[in-house]
Amino acid sequence: MTSAQLEKILKKHDHQKSGLLAILQDVQALANYLPRKTLEEVSQRLQVPLTQVYYLATFYRAFSLTPRGRHLVTVCTGTACHVKGAALILNTMERELKVKAGETTSDKEYTLETVNCLGSCAQAPLVVIDGAYHGKMLGTKVLSLLKGDK
Amino acid sequence: MRLKSPDELERARTRILEERRAQEAKKRVVLCTGTGCRGAGALEVFDAFKKELGHQSAVEFKSTCCHGFCERGPITIIEPMGIFYQGVTPEHVPQIIAETVTKGQVIEDLLYQDPATGKAIPAEKEIPFYKKQERLVFGHNRYIDPTRIEDYLALGGYKALVKALFHIAPDEIIAEVKRSGLRGRGGGGFPAGKKWESCRRAHGDIKYVICNCDEGDPGAYMDRSLMEGNPHSVLEGMIIGAYAIGAHEGYVYVRNEYPLAVENVGIAIEQATRMGFLGKDILGSGFDFTLVINKGGGAFVAGESSALMASIEGYVAEPRAKHIHMTESGLWERPTNLNNVETWVNIPLIIEKGSDWYGSIGTQGSKGTKIFSLVGKINNTGLIEVPMGMTLREIVYDIGGGIPGGKRFKAVQTGGPSGGCIPESLLDLPVDFDELTKAGSMMGSGGMIVMDESTCMVDVAKYFTHFLKDESCGKCTSCRDGTLRMYEVLDAITKGKGKEGDIEFLQELGWVTAEASLCALGGSAPNPVLSTIRYFRDEYEAHIREKRCPAGVCPELITYTIDPEACIACGKCKKECPTEAITGQKKVPHKIDQAKCIKCGTCREVCPVEAVQVK
Repeated sequence: MTSAQLEKILKKHDHQKSGLLAILQDVQALANYLPRKTLEEVSQRLQVPLTQVYYLATFYRAFSLTPRGRHLVTVCTGTACHVKGAALILNTMERELKVKAGETTSDKEYTLETVNCLGSCAQAPLVVIDGAYHGKMLGTKVLSLLKGDK
Repeated sequence: MRLKSPDELERARTRILEERRAQEAKKRVVLCTGTGCRGAGALEVFDAFKKELGHQSAVEFKSTCCHGFCERGPITIIEPMGIFYQGVTPEHVPQIIAETVTKGQVIEDLLYQDPATGKAIPAEKEIPFYKKQERLVFGHNRYIDPTRIEDYLALGGYKALVKALFHIAPDEIIAEVKRSGLRGRGGGGFPAGKKWESCRRAHGDIKYVICNCDEGDPGAYMDRSLMEGNPHSVLEGMIIGAYAIGAHEGYVYVRNEYPLAVENVGIAIEQATRMGFLGKDILGSGFDFTLVINKGGGAFVAGESSALMASIEGYVAEPRAKHIHMTESGLWERPTNLNNVETWVNIPLIIEKGSDWYGSIGTQGSKGTKIFSLVGKINNTGLIEVPMGMTLREIVYDIGGGIPGGKRFKAVQTGGPSGGCIPESLLDLPVDFDELTKAGSMMGSGGMIVMDESTCMVDVAKYFTHFLKDESCGKCTSCRDGTLRMYEVLDAITKGKGKEGDIEFLQELGWVTAEASLCALGGSAPNPVLSTIRYFRDEYEAHIREKRCPAGVCPELITYTIDPEACIACGKCKKECPTEAITGQKKVPHKIDQAKCIKCGTCREVCPVEAVQVK
């Protein structure tokens, strides 16, 4: 992320310390993760200790400190999805992609994440790939979903 | 156009209604494109309707958000006949237009079939799922395109605001809300009017109101559906509240995972500002009020009021001790009144129709209606709105249509991760704030997750404890370590490593965690464990003593086998097994090699004759 890009984001939030969470969200949306260099720059520009920037960056689930893969695979593990077998879906995903939840495949193709609930419980169990919802998932459907994507 | 007086608003409303009256006979296609229906492919259906209808002016096409019956999405209604179509795909669209819209013929295949009678039901209002509901706050969603303020005005929107600003004194508004008996819908159930009163009385020139849409309880999504589907009703409630309390700035805090809600409330704020419902001198009353949207960062604890305010201030969402109430010293240490989405939406209704009317609905201690999200092992998954006091049995069987696959009901979990599980023996419990608390659970934000005989209650307790362990902010030792230790013990039990005394230890640990934690997250964290021990102790004992999972869920305690009598040797399981653990040939029943089996459940999923058994 360039300094000019960051400047644009900071300007949008009037360089306000109280806008820190929103600023980090914009950085995450643009760069797909929070690069260390950018966090240092944010800390200097807003005169907020770097520890506090990191406190936020590691507290909220929406942030990632490492680059995410080209495709984001999210398995919903909300209660409705859980009682309808989300654990089996997640296991299959982990086995197929050879990563654990929260990790990115070595070819940087996929990042696998879980989410606590997307409020689409009628479609449980639910998998989201790059923002597209795939409902009433089955372990066997997961495979064709990933294959179709590749 | 900015409206400068109530008269101008009424003139604008009359204009809208006259335009609509002229169009009344016109056919209308109403499609739900809320998040639930989107998951079932509603956006593709939307594109198909747009393409097919083109600029055809004879038919009106309206896209709304959640109607509630998410199970059957994408939902399409053809007006004025009120024909309800379910599971619509883009391929159905030309047929719907050619037959139903043009000729008025009903397409049988797309109708809802009553599982009880097997009969197809064409009219939306006749469907049992809707029939027993009382949709006071949620019912408008179906008539509203959330991106068009005209739709809200046509339904009488902002009338309550005019009444509040021009005809009732702020103190009287608060008295009215107090008399109505409205209790906070976010989970705590604190009387809303009392909260408003203490915020109004608090010292300070600058006060804030906040709408809490950080709906974190997994399995609950009513706030999202209101925010997505009828955002102006939230705004109207907030403006009335701000006026009564004396606040001129407000915040809407929306969960990170709800992009459509952020989008729609953003549009609503822009429109309301343009038309003069927000900003300076609202409708010429002299009252100023502005609203800002804040997006959460994905932390469950941010739904706690003091944590939410810390998050708005730009800090991490950690709760603080509330020796001084938020209504005295909240956001930026100023008096702040925070209410949940559903609470705010009830306000215009109370102001318009009066507290006497509102008080006539519900039970002694819990007035009005409540939206529940009925999910899990239930036939009719979706959002329902019922008067407080309806029994669980009516909700699960009459509205929810019972348990799928002829399985036996086991429990319903209410109140989110901090709630508890209610067993079959309490099915006739009238659902309100106090009764649920007495049963060891709570109302919470209104999630109802139905569980059947194939749900393991120890696993459920472990699931919630895992959730809470992850979401504990870590400030209080009792919560941070208490949830972790409870999780470790539960994990051991589900893996067959439980020992005598574990149940008593969990109970003791639960007590300490609840007593010694600062906020409600820790205070209610043991509920899932304690309530499952209270009602399903036998399941815990089976895991600990017999190393057996009666529901067949915990992988370490179960084995998958193939019933040779039932197996038709089709080879499907053998083909799909990821570890090649299944052997067999044509006409020879298949077998699972237990040494290779990883218990992924694939064979059971693909078996066409349910020959794979779990014990």
